[in-house]
Amino acid sequence: MSASFENIPLWAAIPVGGLLVVGAFLTLVGAIGFLRLGTFYERIHAPTLGTSGGIGAIMIASMIFFSTATRSLVIHELLIGIFITVTTPITFMLLARAALHRDRAEQNGNVPPKQSPEQKPAEGRQS
Amino acid sequence: MSATIIQISVTIAQMMIVAAMAIASIRMFRGPRAQDRIIALDTLYVNAMLLLLTFGIGTARVVYFEAALVIGMLGFVATVALAKFLMRGEVIE
Repeated sequence: MSASFENIPLWAAIPVGGLLVVGAFLTLVGAIGFLRLGTFYERIHAPTLGTSGGIGAIMIASMIFFSTATRSLVIHELLIGIFITVTTPITFMLLARAALHRDRAEQNGNVPPKQSPEQKPAEGRQS
Repeated sequence: MSATIIQISVTIAQMMIVAAMAIASIRMFRGPRAQDRIIALDTLYVNAMLLLLTFGIGTARVVYFEAALVIGMLGFVATVALAKFLMRGEVIE
């Protein structure tokens, strides 16, 4: 598909540039937090800034850019956005459970003990 | 004018994303335990996908979109497999 920069008006170039810089900055902030935070359970929060804000902003910038450059509606970047939004919580929850399992097995840190099934509250389990 | 704005902001965004990738790889080499390294790998995958999207804007080609999609899917599968390995000790039971 041929797209050129000459097709793009100024009112589309400014939001494209701004959204690109904002998305990249959010990703950088997430990475810095990922380096600086102390424990693993705090550290797992930081990269989600890049996967939500960074992906969202750069995806919208790419949609605006290709829609104005080819003079037709280009929204296939939504695929990446939906995919990342669905898969990131699954990944991080699996990783957090794995880390909790390892910490309990090695008994280091102050992780909460595993709840046995009879200690759990009984409501909501009847169905 | 608009081409200049887009080129400059694409360059700035690429430098920021490359800095984020460098920081993630520092954590991957330094990370105290295996789960830190796995999260660093996942961050590296996401940042590579963002870098490919900005590449696509900078060169005005749609080809980079498919590469970004494939990298996102491979990153998800790799991270889930590694997390499963940490939890169970094997990937396919």
